Amino acid sequence: MRCKDTTALVTGGLKGIGLAIANRLAEEGSTVFITDIDKPSEDLNANINYINADVTNELDWKRVAQLIEDERGSLDILVNNAGVDCVGPVQKTSLKNWRRVMSINVDGAFLGVKHCYDILAKASEKRNGGASIVNISSMLSKVGYIDTSGYNASKGAISSFTKAIAVEFASKNISIRSNSVHPGFVHTPLLQQGMQNLVNEGVADSVDVLLDMLSEMTPIGRMAKPNEIANAVLFLASDESSYMVGSELVIDGGWTAR
Amino acid sequence: MSRLANKVAFITGGTSGIGKATVYRLIAEGAKVIFTGRNDTAGEVISKETGSHFINHDVTDSSGYEKISEIIKTQYGRLDIAFANAGTEMGDTDIENITIEVWNKLVAINLTGAMLTAQMAVRLMRENPDGPNGSIILNSSMNAHIPLGNFVTYSTTKGAHIALAKSTAVHCAGQGLKVRCNVIHPGVVETDMIKGVIAGAPDADAARAMFEGMAPMKRMAHVDEIAGLVVYLGSDEAAFISGASYNIDGATTAGMMGV
Repeated sequence: MRCKDTTALVTGGLKGIGLAIANRLAEEGSTVFITDIDKPSEDLNANINYINADVTNELDWKRVAQLIEDERGSLDILVNNAGVDCVGPVQKTSLKNWRRVMSINVDGAFLGVKHCYDILAKASEKRNGGASIVNISSMLSKVGYIDTSGYNASKGAISSFTKAIAVEFASKNISIRSNSVHPGFVHTPLLQQGMQNLVNEGVADSVDVLLDMLSEMTPIGRMAKPNEIANAVLFLASDESSYMVGSELVIDGGWTAR
Repeated sequence: MSRLANKVAFITGGTSGIGKATVYRLIAEGAKVIFTGRNDTAGEVISKETGSHFINHDVTDSSGYEKISEIIKTQYGRLDIAFANAGTEMGDTDIENITIEVWNKLVAINLTGAMLTAQMAVRLMRENPDGPNGSIILNSSMNAHIPLGNFVTYSTTKGAHIALAKSTAVHCAGQGLKVRCNVIHPGVVETDMIKGVIAGAPDADAARAMFEGMAPMKRMAHVDEIAGLVVYLGSDEAAFISGASYNIDGATTAGMMGV
């Protein structure tokens, strides 16, 4: 059990990468809280507790932090995972859409760290590796991609934010580590929906054609499974990564190596 | 502790520091380990304590890799993990003073040694009985990103590790091999070598404070912390990670501290 007796919070935990992270941390002994704006449609693992909350809503964050403090006393692991995409040419991207992706992907992570700081600091005293914040960025924080400028920008912001708080906490002897994970293309409901939108716009005949194309474009020849991202989060959440602070873990099957 | 059960691992520079810690850690995770180095005494002690297999080999000796390959093939039947760890900064200096002899020697150990290790690994991993697969990890340094003025050769070879890892990763993926290659960048690690430097300094406390103060975390890494990252990258959990470059430096390269 690599996260025995810990408490974790995963935002956007009902689907895709977030659900895989919640399950993986629970398997390794963590009591996991997930937040999501959607309601669970199926049964969750017994060690996973669902909280209905919106990452862009500050009042929701205060409620979530209070609830975790009341039930568990402190928080060892915060995974800022909730995110949306923003597809389209820059000149056709509405300000509303741009602000939506910034609000969920960037404000959400900021509010998570701001409002969970006290309960993370409480847990940091108890663990060798300190408390751990894992922010889910993307390989698209490192390289540009067509028609995803809003998403690219939001993920770049997450990377810088992660490093800023990593240095800030470490310099002040606060044992809260902060690192980011940068997945390549992962087969998730978000990606599926994004591809469906492109099919609806007449870009391709079917979602499968687009998914096959993404696999072929990845050096390793396939997309990632959500669990492969969850394993990286587990590593960063556990004490094994106790000297990793402000690091970027790229998991992209070689996409950005070219 | 069996995240590497049934895996066979090869480590260069395994008789001290990070390499030595990695031998112990990989054995603890269930792997069979073959390691090289030039210190017979240390190699034999580690081999006896862990049940690992020590081979005296200098990473710059290109002909020696065939012999090692043969041992791995005949005695272990496969190779899953290769950790190109051997490296040194012995005799290094700045761009104005570096001699061609020292430059060539350090390039041979740090860079050519890593290339030869990766080359041997790819060739062996290609022949694995269950199909071509494996994980190659190059031990670079944070100095790949923040080079040191008075260690021009060391910094340059560590920077080159990034391109070596990425080129290897892209080649293997392009060939359809499930052989991954990644590079790690430790910050200052409290190895016996660093402990020796501290002990030998005119003011040992000041020397320790200087090394510890380089990271915003205000401490050096333990060798086990680097070995933990090697375990992760060597395990099947990291199956989608290839061509990546991971910092493990207590936030040293994440940004300016204290301002």
